[in-house]
Amino acid sequence: MATNEVLAVRCRDVKKSFGQGSARVQALRGVNLEIQPGELVMIVGPSGCGKTTLISVIAGILDQDEGECRVYSEDLKGIGPRARTQYRGRHIGFVFQALNLVPTLSALENVTVPLLINGIHPREAIARSTEALAKVELVERKDSFPCELSGGQQQRVAIARALVHEPKLIVCDEPTSALDHETGRKVMKLMRDVVLSEDRTLLVVTHDARIFEFADRIARMDDGRIVELTVAGPKVDQSKGAFQ
Amino acid sequence: MISVAIKMLLRDRRKSFLMIVGLTFASLLITQQMAIFLGIMGRTIGFITDTNLPDLWVMDPKVKFIDDIKPLQDTEFLRIRGVEGVAWAVPLYKGTLRARLEDGSFQVCNVAGLDDSTLIGSPSPLRMVQGRVEDLRHTDGVIVDEAGAATKLSRPPRKPGGPRTPLGIGDVLELNDHRAVVVGICKITRTFQSQPLLYTTYSRATTFAPRERKLLSFVLAKAKPGVDPAKLCARIRGTTGLAAYTNSQFSDLTIGYFMRNIQAPINFGISVLLSFIVGAAIATQTFSNFTLENLRYLGTFKAMGASSGLLLRMTVLQTLLVGAVGFGTGVGVASLFGVVSKGTELAFQFPWQLLAGTAGAIFLICILSSLVSLRRVVVLEPAMVFKS
Repeated sequence: MATNEVLAVRCRDVKKSFGQGSARVQALRGVNLEIQPGELVMIVGPSGCGKTTLISVIAGILDQDEGECRVYSEDLKGIGPRARTQYRGRHIGFVFQALNLVPTLSALENVTVPLLINGIHPREAIARSTEALAKVELVERKDSFPCELSGGQQQRVAIARALVHEPKLIVCDEPTSALDHETGRKVMKLMRDVVLSEDRTLLVVTHDARIFEFADRIARMDDGRIVELTVAGPKVDQSKGAFQ
Repeated sequence: MISVAIKMLLRDRRKSFLMIVGLTFASLLITQQMAIFLGIMGRTIGFITDTNLPDLWVMDPKVKFIDDIKPLQDTEFLRIRGVEGVAWAVPLYKGTLRARLEDGSFQVCNVAGLDDSTLIGSPSPLRMVQGRVEDLRHTDGVIVDEAGAATKLSRPPRKPGGPRTPLGIGDVLELNDHRAVVVGICKITRTFQSQPLLYTTYSRATTFAPRERKLLSFVLAKAKPGVDPAKLCARIRGTTGLAAYTNSQFSDLTIGYFMRNIQAPINFGISVLLSFIVGAAIATQTFSNFTLENLRYLGTFKAMGASSGLLLRMTVLQTLLVGAVGFGTGVGVASLFGVVSKGTELAFQFPWQLLAGTAGAIFLICILSSLVSLRRVVVLEPAMVFKS
């Protein structure tokens, strides 16, 4: 893999375990991964192989036990919890499997949350959130509550929320798992077209082989390690990636 | 994020309503029960507060409260006049006498005998409903309190089953076989015993009273300008051996006696405590559920960069908001209760200290109820958001 001066993500021999004694589970057994800025990398693999643990470490939500993990050259483990929380707030966007849209907030209000966390004035937050909703073509539903939106629309709100504060890295956990094939493809196309840019990197954990074609590279994990890293795109062998 | 916290709370209408209802009931019951208790305690000193001219009350050292009469010799007030710093001192008779009513029944009444020349100790002229205080100088004259005249001393109905007629000026009572003529009706602060109160002159009261060697109940005195009443009390105690109290000291003595010797403080205390516990239980349970249901979203905020401090502030704000609404509603309803019960038999006092105390209690409930939730927020792992 060719390397630029600044990598979006660089993991070196990252290890992470949970529990103690006989209940100890080794979730990551030495992960090595480098991601270039502007890349869309999908992490695939069977349940329990360590995908979610890996993106949690990369996103600065969990600390690795051993090894090094840098995001845009920043060692998130080394900067301390407070600075790490701030770093997450400013530079990382999230799209969760369960979306986690607050049901009592409208679509627009949900999108404003990352900006408000970063101390942006509410008026500016609303303006920028409206723009973000426009990018995902949902501005006309900005006052709707999540329960009033379809699954695809909710996913688009989650995407708008992930990109509204213009983070460098967006981490998506199973973004299409609750969507039908057509809607899933639309969502991924939207992510490629709207979210991905030269300065923004997209890391997607998925089981869904139908969306592999949208990836630049696919990292296949098994038993806490990356066992295969392939260049994807239209050439990808979808049958190889179907782990369900 | 403050607005987000408020929206999350208020748009969950069922839970915010439950929390507000719990805190409203706690606030209402604490305020209302305490106001009634304070009203009852206030009645114990009604006679003291209605006697507004003197600075000092002088009495037998064994007296424990206003109705605990241990008579002094009639000449004692002359000794008090001789104490340096006393501007004036007058005698006051206070006792209970049986009044025989027109229909032959008897009613026990409180009788206050005022200094014949000055009538010090009389109700304020502003509180006279009929007649004048000076009318006490008429032969056999007594002034009757308005509530007593309208109820316990009222005249029997003219027709069977008809209404009783309130006592009025010119009506005659029989007090311990002595004739007494009503010359005035006045408003008074209700007393603890709720018996009618008759004002008359000292000499007439001692005539009405059963023959005893000593009849002087209290000496009412005034400090000269520039003399501290509390220091004058100490001087009177040292000079005469009698007990002397300022108005507030005597009120405290009386209230203290009732607090120690009647069951009301315990009963009302239990009511207030139960209100506090029930309010705290409802608020804590509901708020805890609210936080639990929102834990996933708080975890999401944490993953997205919200600090634990910010989430704690949001949680505390939500509790204080429902606390403020519950407190305001509860106190408002209690105030309404006070307005409606004004002028009735029900005792109700609502001083600012009670308002502050209730606010403190509700604040404490809010803190208690949020503590459970705050712990959850602090230990919250943002990694939970990746679980489906």
